Amino acid sequence: MSLQFILTVTLNGLTLASLYFIVACGFSLIFGLMRTVNMAHGSLYMVGAYVGFAVYDPLYASSAWASQAWLIGVLAGIAAAALVGLIMQVAFLGWMQGQELRQALVTIGLSIIIADQLLATFGGNPFQFFAPDMLFGPVQVPGIGRYPVFRLFQVGLAIAVGVGLWLLLNKTKLGIVVRAGVDDRQMLAACGINVPLVAATVFALGAALAGLGGVIGATAQPMALGVDVRFLLMSLVVVIVGGMGSIGGTALGALLIGLAEQWGQVLFPTYSVILTFVIMASVLAVWPQGLLGRKPT
Amino acid sequence: MSVSRRHTTAWAMGTVAAVFALSGAMAQEQPIRIGSITTLEGPFATGGQDAYRAMEMAFEAIDYTVGGRQIEWIRESSNATPDVALARARKLIEQDEVDIIIGPLSGAEGIALRDYSRTLDGRTIVNGSSGAADTTLRDPSPNFFRFSTEGTQWMAGLGTHAYEDMGSRHVALVAADYAFPYAQVFGFMHEYCELGGEVTKLWSPLNTTDFSSIIAQFPDDIDAVLLIQGGTDALAFLTQYAEVGGDLPIIGGSITADQTLLSARGPHQRLMEGMVAAGPIADLNDDPNWTEFVANYRERWPDGFDSPSIHAVNYYTNTIAVLQALEEVGGDLSDNQAAFQDALASIEFTAPTGANVRLDENRQAISDIFLTRIVNDGGTMRTEAFGRTPDVSQTLGMETDAFLALGSPSRDNPSCPPAR
Repeated sequence: MSLQFILTVTLNGLTLASLYFIVACGFSLIFGLMRTVNMAHGSLYMVGAYVGFAVYDPLYASSAWASQAWLIGVLAGIAAAALVGLIMQVAFLGWMQGQELRQALVTIGLSIIIADQLLATFGGNPFQFFAPDMLFGPVQVPGIGRYPVFRLFQVGLAIAVGVGLWLLLNKTKLGIVVRAGVDDRQMLAACGINVPLVAATVFALGAALAGLGGVIGATAQPMALGVDVRFLLMSLVVVIVGGMGSIGGTALGALLIGLAEQWGQVLFPTYSVILTFVIMASVLAVWPQGLLGRKPT
Repeated sequence: MSVSRRHTTAWAMGTVAAVFALSGAMAQEQPIRIGSITTLEGPFATGGQDAYRAMEMAFEAIDYTVGGRQIEWIRESSNATPDVALARARKLIEQDEVDIIIGPLSGAEGIALRDYSRTLDGRTIVNGSSGAADTTLRDPSPNFFRFSTEGTQWMAGLGTHAYEDMGSRHVALVAADYAFPYAQVFGFMHEYCELGGEVTKLWSPLNTTDFSSIIAQFPDDIDAVLLIQGGTDALAFLTQYAEVGGDLPIIGGSITADQTLLSARGPHQRLMEGMVAAGPIADLNDDPNWTEFVANYRERWPDGFDSPSIHAVNYYTNTIAVLQALEEVGGDLSDNQAAFQDALASIEFTAPTGANVRLDENRQAISDIFLTRIVNDGGTMRTEAFGRTPDVSQTLGMETDAFLALGSPSRDNPSCPPAR
């Protein structure tokens, strides 16, 4: 096994982890503030990808807009997922706040409905976005050789999302409100903060991140019905490993799972599928709150 | 008095005889009940839907009448899992009391129905499109017939083409880790390794979407990639291989160049054009049987595919075999279908692809396999036949015992790794 090979597989793991991070931090954010286990998070990912593609495809086919098509698709995907997330929070989840099991069941129901609606509207054919020329094709990476530039872009985007979220939560008024809400919602409401509005904003933000992940994910890999379950499961595993509601934890969890998937595929292809679950089970056994999760107070 | 009694007896006997004769005639006039199973749910739903389009064409062509008897067609659906296929087959036999079942679509289902057919008396199961080798190769059932070819047969001629015509000596195999690809890889390597080719195997779990680390493992001295993947897995591999600037020729499996891949636009198309593969059908094939079949299909099903799918062709082939055998025996299914099954076992006919079809002693089709190449047909990607291996048997022309001695296809069998 050459050094170049080790570096390549590790970088593959890192780039996959970036995608996982973008999707899972929306899940973690929603859970952190509202204790809602959003089982429809994978559906929001899919909504982002499908709606983004519906906007992107005709633009890509037309000559005038082809170069901007991808960017517009990304924005459309983010907007669509955020809108669906907002409706979910306002119409369904908001008024059953605090009833975790009921919320989880409602979101499972929604995820089934959304998947069927997407099938009815867009059909069952898989599709894929094509990154703009600037982000397509190989680039020379020292120590590795040719490497797809889009996968490097994924890493940059994930870092940007992570830093952006950290700034938002730690340096803005909204962040202060959100962090206060994590600790004590009643007291926050008593201070005159419109908690349902904050909740709706955070939910829309989390959903938007899922939508962004959807378009990015559908550019890196083909998109087909059924990926909602895969990405929901992945988000759950990442967040459970890293610790619920912690951005650093989500990043660490995504990194572990991404690397485990790629190295597992290389070292023992037949059993690579179970490796992520072995990691999850081990973490749960030793640190039930996740690697960077806060101890329950 | 005695005369009158004799008269009465005779009259009574005559009546009884007449009633018997009438009921016999009625039995003949009862419709033949044909049940069918395909996948209208789950991952192969579009293929299953297409299979029923083709079956409907076969029945309509004879106006649902064969050997003077009406045909009653009862459709069932499975989701490509063996337990569901088995439950639907039981329902067809026990509740609908069908005489013949045509189906199923996928490999493991085929093995389940083969085993079920063994428990039936006077009923026949004819394959739909399932392609597992062992359904008819090992432990075959006397009530199970397959007029379509299977995964190992489908690769006939491809290994030789790769070695001799493409000049390939060392390929990297990228394949999904389950039974159908094992059979396909077996068919390819059987020829390719024999000639002296070397294969580096890289298995991936079904539904893999990130192949970057598989691609990173390609040895430097390979001269082609053998891609035995289907659907989105194949699309993902080709896109990611194009993304790292890969440019080796691609050799495909029989389900690699399916509609998913052909209809999707994108960077993978650059790699796909010219991709060779082998299988029981090709979209573009000069045979008049095929051009007529495609024309009929497109006229009957304007909403269907551009060109009938592999499942449509397989179901159609099996259905016309049943209809031809029924015609031969005049719709006679008496005596536990003995005459009908004999007729099935011995018929020989031309499939819509133009291939001749007959059965071996295990009731498995011996037929022609096409070498195909992907061409750009006025902006649409299609597969074109450029070669044909006639009369491919399930044992690839070997004696059955010698072939069985090669062992079941698996992850490790056969094997011809590069010498280090």
